[in-house]
Amino acid sequence: MSRSPAIVRYLRRLAGFMLVYMILIFATGYVFRHMPPEKPLAYLVAVLPALPILGVFWTIFRLLVEETDEYMRMMFVRQSLFATAFCLTIMTMWEFLQNYEVVPAGHGGFGAAFFWFIGLGIGAIWNRITGTDGPCA
Amino acid sequence: MKNHLKSLRAERGWSQQDLGDRLHISRQSVNAIETGKYDPSLPLAFRIAALFGAKIEEIFEAGV
Repeated sequence: MSRSPAIVRYLRRLAGFMLVYMILIFATGYVFRHMPPEKPLAYLVAVLPALPILGVFWTIFRLLVEETDEYMRMMFVRQSLFATAFCLTIMTMWEFLQNYEVVPAGHGGFGAAFFWFIGLGIGAIWNRITGTDGPCA
Repeated sequence: MKNHLKSLRAERGWSQQDLGDRLHISRQSVNAIETGKYDPSLPLAFRIAALFGAKIEEIFEAGV
């Protein structure tokens, strides 16, 4: 199957941002372990690994804009909505579990973005199952 | 919405990929339209009709 130009751009951007993320996550960890910066510089350094993740979000939303195949675009939108619903469900339930101290505070490094990407993966599988072989509503 | 896309395509001996290439859409999109799982937008319906030299209502008909 040939990939649409929008998909090719998406994959290139995704690879670029993930490479930057890998570099920044290790670099930031190294900096905080060996030469922890003082505030307010610490704020800036700490959010550096988040920037390429924002880039990944931008990459996904650009795909929704740039994909000219309307059916594929609809499937990507559906996948993104599934990811959003999945993420909000997990985070909302987790919040209430913490509110009533059923689970400990903190998130152990698993933030909203992590669950959104998990949702995106499940959404892709759901699209594959239902896209052309099942109900599409 | 019912359509006659599959038979029109078959008359010309085109695969789904062939039709997709002519319409600048994916094979998956052609399959979704043919099987009635996706109704194309009006602009795409016009492109399909123009490709087959037919009116939209000769290719697509309201289904239940």
